[in-house]
Amino acid sequence: MQHGKYRFIVGFLTAPLAIYGLFVIWPFIQSIYYSFTDWSGLSPEFKMVGFKNYTRLLDDEVFWKSLQHSVMLVVLLPLVTLTMALFFAFMLNVGGRRRKNAAIAGVRGSAFYKVVYFFPQVLSIAIVALLFQFAYNPNSGAINSALKAIGLDSVQPDWLGDPDLALWCVFAVLVWCTVGFFVVLFSAGMASIPKDYYEAALLDGANRITTFFKITLPLLWDTVQSGWAYVGILALGAEAFAVVQIMTVGPNGGGPDYSTTVLPLYVYQKAFRDGQAAYATTIGVALLIVTLLFVAVVMKLGRRERLEY
Amino acid sequence: MKTTPAPGPREKATEGRVLNIFSHGMLILWAFMVVLPLLWAVMTSFKTDKEIFSSPWALPDSLHFDNWSRAWTEANMSDYFLNTIIVVGFSLLGTMLLGSMAAYVLARFEFPGNRFIYFLFIGGMSFPIILALVPLFYVMQNLSLLNTLPGLILVYIGYSLPFTVFFMTAFFRTLPSSVAEAAFVDGASHTRTFFQVMLPMAKPGLISITIFNFLGQWNQYMLPTVLNTEPDNKVLTQGLVQLAVSQGYKGDWSGLFAGLVMAMLPVLAAYIVFQRQVVQGLTAGALK
Repeated sequence: MQHGKYRFIVGFLTAPLAIYGLFVIWPFIQSIYYSFTDWSGLSPEFKMVGFKNYTRLLDDEVFWKSLQHSVMLVVLLPLVTLTMALFFAFMLNVGGRRRKNAAIAGVRGSAFYKVVYFFPQVLSIAIVALLFQFAYNPNSGAINSALKAIGLDSVQPDWLGDPDLALWCVFAVLVWCTVGFFVVLFSAGMASIPKDYYEAALLDGANRITTFFKITLPLLWDTVQSGWAYVGILALGAEAFAVVQIMTVGPNGGGPDYSTTVLPLYVYQKAFRDGQAAYATTIGVALLIVTLLFVAVVMKLGRRERLEY
Repeated sequence: MKTTPAPGPREKATEGRVLNIFSHGMLILWAFMVVLPLLWAVMTSFKTDKEIFSSPWALPDSLHFDNWSRAWTEANMSDYFLNTIIVVGFSLLGTMLLGSMAAYVLARFEFPGNRFIYFLFIGGMSFPIILALVPLFYVMQNLSLLNTLPGLILVYIGYSLPFTVFFMTAFFRTLPSSVAEAAFVDGASHTRTFFQVMLPMAKPGLISITIFNFLGQWNQYMLPTVLNTEPDNKVLTQGLVQLAVSQGYKGDWSGLFAGLVMAMLPVLAAYIVFQRQVVQGLTAGALK
């Protein structure tokens, strides 16, 4: 297999590497370089300013708010989403009435639930965000009208307009979008756990809660861990950006009094609204550090003996 | 070590029943919460503006299909659809072709720099895209690719490559090498072996990753928002958001809802038809 091997390798790698290098790697390296300059992005001129952008970050109140919100999302979103998904997946697979000859059984209609729960996953996050923006509308939105219909006329929150509530409204939409995917994923994992494990546990008198913590969760841990990393990256990146930018009020989004702003949105605003490209890349570097820290924590906390079965 | 005796048949049955009611209850509740907003949107898209504001939960008094035709023609939904189809079609083709070419070489050939290039590709999976977008904007501007569909296509391909290469490399490694060697001994070139022998063998992997990339690119919002601000070139997601912003002043809410539902229905319908493949593609794709 040596004949023409190198010519072939070069021929097959050139185009993919060129596109990837030019549009992904090169801008990425450049952005770290620009974070040490005073480039506005509007004119080609700039000079090196050392760590000036980084010291400016320390005094930037909006940056700290964005950081705080991003950190909150990256901690809470995986926690809430994965807990809910594990709960539903366990219900689907083990929550059913015990039938003859089977130690455990799924609920009736579990295939149907899996289909329905997956709906949000195929929809665009932008479309979902728009839809919920209408639902949250304080005067004629679906949620407040529903509250009114059940006699809660006095409870008519401002939702996205209320600085204390806005971020939670955004959070709920992100949960709504992500849970179903993991229900399906964890269900597939649970289905591959041998039934005899459950039978043995039930013979020993274990109830379902014990079997979940002693059998299901440990055997599913690899999937949970990669899911955790996956949701965290969504919470720090494009999904959070889209939801906050579309749903929340204020110039270009960010919520009343920056109550929902997140790091990727702040990068976007500084670069493309305020014409401070260099400073935007500095915020981007901060986001990169948060992302890397998060991935490191997941790897560290998630490490366990791999269970073979 | 048995501390408590196993429950008798009677206890077992009651435990099962209570749990059954509880689990069904929770499951139904969440199914309801998933479906309700979607049904509400479909219902609203057939109402008049006045009905939308006065009674958001009531059924429309008659089906206003004119909302849909207005959205399709006047609100430019047809153009947004066309742009999205062009961009996603070409990016998908490019991603799959270039991604599997690179993955094939990385998976099956030893050469200096193999590991380095592999990690260069998969490193792209974990870094925040928004960081690269700021300089990318100016790279595109200098190449006159900013606000053009070909520019957007190239960027989509670039950002889909890390995962595609990662997934397809793993897939090509699992294929038996005897078939490729046989083809090569029979006189086929490396290129021919790839296109006529290996690529067809990789079909299951190609389908999974194509579905994954299709949904990702069809639903993309951040890249077009930053790199494609020319009104005529807008894709579906940004067109709708743009419409929502401007509707705030014009007030054609029913048309906007029709547009929203129009954008949701094709993917939902495709999902229901191809559900098994979509689920396999996405789950294999996301967490391999």
